[in-house]
Amino acid sequence: MLPDIKTLTPALERLPLEPFYQPVGDEVALFEAAARQRLPVLLKGPTGCGKTRFVEYMAWKLGRPLVTVACHDDLTTADLVGRYLIVGDETVWLDGPLTAAVRAGAICYLDEIVEARKDTTVVIHPLADTRRALAVDKRGELIPAPPEFMLVISYNPGYQSVLKEIKPSTRQRFIALEFDYPAPEIETRIVAAEGGVDDEMAAKLVKLGGLTRNLKGAGLDEGASTRLLVHAAQLIHAGMAPATAARAAVARALSDDPEMTQTLDDLVRAVF
Amino acid sequence: MAERKLFAHELEALLDAFLFASPSHRSIERLAAKLEALPRRQQDFVLRVARGAAKTNTELAHFIAAQAPEALARLDEKRFEAWAIAGLDVFDKMGLRAAIDSLRDIDGFLAALEGRMPAQFVEVEQRLARFVLGLSGRPLALKAGDDPWTDTETIYLPQRIARFATAEDNRRLYQALAVQLWAQTRYGTFDVDLEAAIATWPDRAAALAWLALLEAARLEACVARDLPGLGALLAAMREAWPAAMRPALDELQAANADVRVSLKWLAQLLKEGATPPCPRFFPRLEPGIAWRVRNERIARDTETLRRALGALQGVAGQRKGGGGEVTVARDPQNGEVTVRIDGEAVQLTHEAQAAAQSLLQDLGALPPEALAPAGDAPWTPDDRPKPAAPELITSRAPDHRYDEWDYHRNAYRRGWCHVYLSDAPSGDGAFVRETRRRYAHFIAQLRRRFEALRGEDRILGRQPEGEEIDLDALIEALHDRKNGAEPSTRLFCRRVRNERSLAALFMVDMSGSTKGWVNDAEREALVMLCEALETLGDAYAIYGFSGWTRTRCDIYRIKSFTDAYDDAVRARIDGIAAKDYTRMGAAIRHLTQVIAAQPARHKLLVTLSDGRPDDFGDEYRGAYGIEDTRRALQEARELGIRSYCITIDRQGADYLKRMMGPAAYTVLDDVRKLPFKVAEIYRKLTV
Repeated sequence: MLPDIKTLTPALERLPLEPFYQPVGDEVALFEAAARQRLPVLLKGPTGCGKTRFVEYMAWKLGRPLVTVACHDDLTTADLVGRYLIVGDETVWLDGPLTAAVRAGAICYLDEIVEARKDTTVVIHPLADTRRALAVDKRGELIPAPPEFMLVISYNPGYQSVLKEIKPSTRQRFIALEFDYPAPEIETRIVAAEGGVDDEMAAKLVKLGGLTRNLKGAGLDEGASTRLLVHAAQLIHAGMAPATAARAAVARALSDDPEMTQTLDDLVRAVF
Repeated sequence: MAERKLFAHELEALLDAFLFASPSHRSIERLAAKLEALPRRQQDFVLRVARGAAKTNTELAHFIAAQAPEALARLDEKRFEAWAIAGLDVFDKMGLRAAIDSLRDIDGFLAALEGRMPAQFVEVEQRLARFVLGLSGRPLALKAGDDPWTDTETIYLPQRIARFATAEDNRRLYQALAVQLWAQTRYGTFDVDLEAAIATWPDRAAALAWLALLEAARLEACVARDLPGLGALLAAMREAWPAAMRPALDELQAANADVRVSLKWLAQLLKEGATPPCPRFFPRLEPGIAWRVRNERIARDTETLRRALGALQGVAGQRKGGGGEVTVARDPQNGEVTVRIDGEAVQLTHEAQAAAQSLLQDLGALPPEALAPAGDAPWTPDDRPKPAAPELITSRAPDHRYDEWDYHRNAYRRGWCHVYLSDAPSGDGAFVRETRRRYAHFIAQLRRRFEALRGEDRILGRQPEGEEIDLDALIEALHDRKNGAEPSTRLFCRRVRNERSLAALFMVDMSGSTKGWVNDAEREALVMLCEALETLGDAYAIYGFSGWTRTRCDIYRIKSFTDAYDDAVRARIDGIAAKDYTRMGAAIRHLTQVIAAQPARHKLLVTLSDGRPDDFGDEYRGAYGIEDTRRALQEARELGIRSYCITIDRQGADYLKRMMGPAAYTVLDDVRKLPFKVAEIYRKLTV
């Protein structure tokens, strides 16, 4: 450790308001139990089914700050742990989001973990088992995680690329919660509440979502997510005609392929 | 005062006067009987037109006269004459066959006459297929036929529709027909044995026509409740319901109406003796075929589910030694089926889940026999010695001889199999062109996906030289120097390309059992594969294999490692045909040698087949073939070649585990999945 180097740590805040979250099963209780037992959690499920919202809700419920990192192909260990910067003639150390979360006892949520570079597992593994410590190589520092710190990662198993598979050695350190698009009745409630439309309109959008999900693997990588349905509902709430809103928020958002878009338009017409 | 109608024998004499030279002369009696039903005016008219046509060709004249009653129902006399003349024109230019085809297509004639734009099945097929898949989840195939109908697994639609003036409206009619037929399978038209119900009525045609109408009314209401937009489409695309049916509508369109309501009203209508209208482009019912297909599917799904439960129960029984009592519940919200064994929820496989859903759709509930787990009956080798097969002698000396593993002896039979090499026969390339056209969308997608796999640029940091300065390294070095440590000189970044060093050889089963669907699917799969692999740039080769006893094992070159994917290769893919048997061991041994000679670091041997190894005579069938194949694959592995088997087998292929090793195979229960799966499997294997 180099004591003469200044360290910058971003301040973390707690969520001020309760985020809307509609529980679908026992995921809230499981997450709370995992938090009590200091176990890391893996959320898996298709895109836009509510994984991120769930973590936000749990962070609010547990009263802990939340650090969310959207992982991408160029995300390196340094992006998570921190880096040296040169400020004038001085070298300073800036804590990365993971380090900041460990120091503050926050929930660190690594969204779409498979997108990150493989070397990030080096820092994740010791945090995800009984060691519960973050090794900051560049500083020669080992930061023990306080009891409140919790690591949450997510990934989408429907993702076709095998380049981006989560390794068993990583996967087996986590409690896994599986998410899927909620049952129609619950999804209707979510779309109605989030999108500001009545139940009948929400039910139609959910129906459309179900039809597009049937096309998964037949030209679509994924069907319409709950998030897309909420977007459509929000457009309708803002005064757009339902079919127009559904075309813009669902059909066009799902595919660029003209033939597929045509099919999706057909489905939109079928529902509205 | 109109003259009296001509009777059949009078017509026969008149027709005979100018049709005596027709090759169809023998059927002139039947023709006369047909014309007898027409009014006198039309009889004379038809005789006149036919007599004129007979001067060009008597066979054509015969056909025109035979089509006359049907054609006159749809064409007035002026148009009838124009229709006949158009047929004669085609005859002049293209001969009899083309002329008869064009005369048969009265729709097409009318459409051209009225300047209507028809919609073709081929141009709507893909779009409708995706649409129907979106609606149902349970796959329904689409095929072109004459009238629209469904056997509950395939929807048949007309080749061409020209009922409306614009192509767009005709396409909408296609969509409406597809929806009606999908609705027949979705809302339980075939839930009862309609064939038996229809058989009680003397006039089968009238009963079927009425039932089709009644069901259409009921289904339209069902569709409108679930999918209002489609309900409106169906209503717009049909004519008004016949007056005789109106009293039935309220009851048919009630929310809980099922096919029995239609049957009840059918009885009513038939008793009244009402004549059903026969609208064109309207769903027809084939209850006999549909009932059979449905029952076969139920049996298949039941078996799938039983097997899945059997496997699960086996696991549960081992764990707890319990009785393995199975209970099944269906989640009313998302329709998922949950199975509990001894009260503990278990996860069903995707196939079993699909089978359960399909059963629920057909029966409304899971039948008790589907919930009786099948006994644990894995594949067991049959050890009885088999009589030797007659050996085939050919004059040509074999190109290679390979050993074969005899598991009875626990030893090799030396030089036992005679392998002959040749090129696969060339086809005309039409199949490949058609496949590339039909799957253009999927191929484009595949290419994009494979492009992502191509070796990417990678930046190596801390290199002694390179294009860019590695800032991290520089800062560290400056820092080290400041502190008096020795700074590193590796301060640069360099871009390098990741090379995929991979060679793949695909072995295609050309045994007799692949004839038909499987062969088509194999060829389609190969086209997809080639398109994908060309993007990727991996070295690959394709060989076919077939055999007829140990003295005649044929290997057909389709594409060697050095061949480019060109017209010659495409023609050979086209020419892949079902031949004899599957003596797999010899083929694997030879192709192992071929791929072993490749310089690539990773080598992959992929087998496409449709079942277990087999050969003429009983010797190779069963355990012997499986053990030999297993041994051949082990030999390949010893040479550093990984093997993978893709098999189409509805029976689940228990033997593959023994044959291929635990992780190296995929079983497809449906041959139609093959074209979509093979390239994907390859991609996953080689990432």
